[in-house]
This record gives sequence, C-alpha cells and structure tokens, in this order.
Amino acid sequence: MSEATLDTSPTTNAQPQAARFAVFGTSFVIGLVLPVTAALLYEGAFRLGLVQARLLPPPSRIFTTLWTLAKTGELTTHVLATTVRVGMGFGLGALVGMFLGALTGASRNARRLLDPTLQGLRAIPSLAWVPLFILWLGIFESSKIALIAVGVFFPVYLGVMAAIANVDRKIVEVGRAFRLSRLALVRRVLLPAILPDFIIAIRSGLGMGFMFVVAAEIMGASEGLGYLLVDGQQLGKPDQILAAIIAFAVLGKFGDWLIVVLTKPFLTWQDTHQRGA
Amino acid sequence: MLTIDALCKIYPNGTQALEQISLNVDAGEIVALVGGSGCGKTTLLRMISGLEAPTRGHAALDGEEIRAPHPAVGMVFQEARLLPWLTVAENISFGLDDLPKAEQDARVDEALLRVGLAGYGKRWPRELSGGQAQRVSIVRALVTQPKALLLDEPFSALDALTRTKLQDHLLALWETHRPTLVLVTHDVEEAVALADRAIVLQPKPGRIFADIPIDLPRPRDRLSPEFAEAKRLVLKALDGSINQPNPHQPGKVYSPAAGGSF
Repeated sequence: MSEATLDTSPTTNAQPQAARFAVFGTSFVIGLVLPVTAALLYEGAFRLGLVQARLLPPPSRIFTTLWTLAKTGELTTHVLATTVRVGMGFGLGALVGMFLGALTGASRNARRLLDPTLQGLRAIPSLAWVPLFILWLGIFESSKIALIAVGVFFPVYLGVMAAIANVDRKIVEVGRAFRLSRLALVRRVLLPAILPDFIIAIRSGLGMGFMFVVAAEIMGASEGLGYLLVDGQQLGKPDQILAAIIAFAVLGKFGDWLIVVLTKPFLTWQDTHQRGA
Repeated sequence: MLTIDALCKIYPNGTQALEQISLNVDAGEIVALVGGSGCGKTTLLRMISGLEAPTRGHAALDGEEIRAPHPAVGMVFQEARLLPWLTVAENISFGLDDLPKAEQDARVDEALLRVGLAGYGKRWPRELSGGQAQRVSIVRALVTQPKALLLDEPFSALDALTRTKLQDHLLALWETHRPTLVLVTHDVEEAVALADRAIVLQPKPGRIFADIPIDLPRPRDRLSPEFAEAKRLVLKALDGSINQPNPHQPGKVYSPAAGGSF
C-alpha cells in the first residue's frame, strides 16, 4: 500500500554521514561520563587528603607510572611480548577451531564423532591444563601459546559450528535452484551467510586469548603485561599493577576494534546499530 | 512442453504425498495448481523443479528428464528468499554469472524498470517491503530467460492490494518471452486471474481431481460475470475434491459443460 510513496524516494536510506558521526560522538561522550567523574572525584579526594592512597593510587600516579614505563621502553617490550603470545595462540586456536567447527557444522557424522569429545574437553577448566602443558612443553613460550590456543579454540569452534548448522536451508535452496556447484555454493552462499556469526566467534575467541595470556604470564614469565602484574604485586607497587591493567584494556579493545574495522566492509548489508540509536 | 508422467512421491515414513500425477503443459501456457493444504501441490512443483526427486515417474521439459535443477526452469518461492548480503541488483544477477558484466547490468536495469523498481539496484533487501522483495525475486528467476517458471504460492504472504498488483506485474513480465508458468496457489481468484487452466488437486494421496480450462481474454476483468463464473467452477471443484467420499476415478476430467456433477 505504501509502495507508491516508497517508489518516489530511492535515496532515503543514505543517512547523512555527519549525522551518524554526531550520534556516535554523543554516545561516546556519554559513555565517558561515569569513569571520568569517578576518577576525578577520587583524585580530588586524594589531593584533599581524604583518602589514604597507599593501596589504590590516584589516577595521576597511575598515569605517571604508565608514562615512565613507556618512556623507558619497558612498556613496549611487555606489550610486544604479550601481543606476540596472544597473536600466536589466537592464530593457532582460531585455525583449529574454524577447521573443526566447519567439519562438525557441515557433517552430521563428524559432529556425532567429534562433538561429544570436544564438549567433554571443554568442560575441563582450561587452567587445569597448565601443569600438564608445562611438563610437556616446558616453561617457556610453547606452553603459554598452547594454553592461549586452548582458550581461543572453544568459542571459535562452537561459534563456527553453530553458524554453519544454522544456515537458512531456504537460502541454500536458492543456490541449488540456480545450479551452483558445491564450491560455488560454499563461496557464494554459505560463507557470506555465516560471516556475521563467524566474526562474533572470532571476537569472543580473541577475548578469551587475552584472558588466558594473563594466566599464562602469571604462571611465570620474564616479560609481558602479566609479568608486570606479578612484579607489581611482589614489589608492592599497585600503580604498576593498575598501569598493566590499563594497558591490557587498551590492547584488548584495540584488537577487538581491529577485527570490527577489518570486517566492517563485508557487513554493511546488516542493520547498523547507529541508524537505530 | 512440460510433461509430467505418472509422478509418485512417497515419503520415507510411508506417507504417500502424490499418486500417479500426469499432466502436460504447453509452451507458453499458464497453469495454476490449486488445492487445499496437504494436497501435495508444493511437492509436485518441487519435483518439477528438480529440487526434490520423485519416487516413481518423471517430469520432463521438451523431452529432457528433469533430475536436478534445470537451466531452463526458474523457481520463485513463497518467501522472496533474497540473499541479504547482496544488493538488489546483485540478487537479480545471481543466476547470470556466466554472462559478461555489461550484459548482466543491462538485464538487471531492464528488469528493475519493468517491475517499477528503477533506482533500487543499490539497496539492500532488508530495505524493501514484502511486495518489492517478491518482485525482485520474480525477476531474479526471469532474467535468466527460462522456458518454464515455477511459482510456489508467490503472493500468499502479501496483502490483498499488493497481491493484485503483483499478479499484474507477473502477467506483464510473462508477455515478453512467454515462458510456461506453473503456479501453485490456494487462492481461487489468483488462479482465475492468471491461468489458462486450473488444475485442482485432491488430498490423501495427492492427485489431480479436475482440469478446468479458463478461456477468458486478457486483460481479465475481475468484476465481470464470466470471471465470477470461472471462479465458481474452480471453487466447486475444490469443494468436491475435499468432500468427495469415494474419490479415485482415474482419467476423470472435470468439464464445466457437465455442470459439475460430482
């Protein structure tokens, strides 16, 4: 009924770019209100001598520590070490997760064979592997990367399996009706159909990677952000601990942001939440 | 010509969905398969399309048996089934992969123009209304210029006004290349508005109950007494197909001249 009116306005969907940025900017600022206010209040309370800041240093001191670490190049060393570990563990875990997830998602027999075992392994708290990995792989990089890979594997595996198993049969049938070959069906229908879920799986995998790198580095490391945490604890330097925590937050957020930005061009067809906001 | 020869479908659980369906559809003819739910009309269409295999018998296009989706047979589903990650234009050219890009674009632009969606090529399917999406779905099947187009209740999810409009669109599109149309519907008015013949199916097991020619000139006036009379005939056959106590009379073809004596 409203089609006649729609016909006349083929450009209404192109929301002005500037307006979108404005919306994004506003929500960004609103999101900052709470943490910034809290930090300023605490800083103020510290300056006025209202709090003893021995265990929880004020923001200014944390940033000074962070700045010092950055200036001496120490921060770069630690960030780099952590990034390399997460990168390798993530790469390994995500690859195996994708492969097995695709296999079990596509084939019912493979699912019946593999999934119960994998689900059983998933039920083991991943940190329980630590002693075994150290025995097998030594205390250096290999055991850490293996632990991170285990953490990354499961969300990726589950996400990819579910994404493939849940592909709309009706859409696949369109591919069949147009006589796509098996390969073309995968390339033109299946892969684009699972992409959104796949990206979510990869993102949660990376999140797990950052979780497990901390565990791995607390286990024993001579560099890395997790080492900074332990070092700060042993030497009684809460500002260093908090500086490392902030570095973790920034690094994790950056990794996630990188995935989002790199995959965005492939997902423009999906509803962007900005238009709803 | 589309030939359906003694087609049977028995599901693995033993349900007989279709029994001995035989039907010839001439090139360029429009045939409506009409019937209540569970009479197997969609199953029949899916077997003609090659998406499903018959238990016995076969369907053939110009003598060539259809065992899998056939290049000269297009399919339109009840839902538009557009691929959400492709733009409207990319959806329409989905089956045109083998053609050069320029030819693809030309056909897409023409198709969009024909269904009143010029300028919609760059939109995403989610931005279309139900009627617009179904129009895109129809031209997606037609741009490959199939000899036969199969439509599975293509307008049943749309409101009455949009449905009428789309039926007109379909006829206008059909006029160009005159493909054979096989349309599954439960809407008697739709069958009479579009088809040269209404095939009424009977359930349990699904089989042909009546084959009613609809000899009305096009464009058809939906308000004319002839239209109403044709509708009445189809409706009556439909009623008979559901209520007939002792059903199976092979070869019996309902003819309006007999006055609907069943």
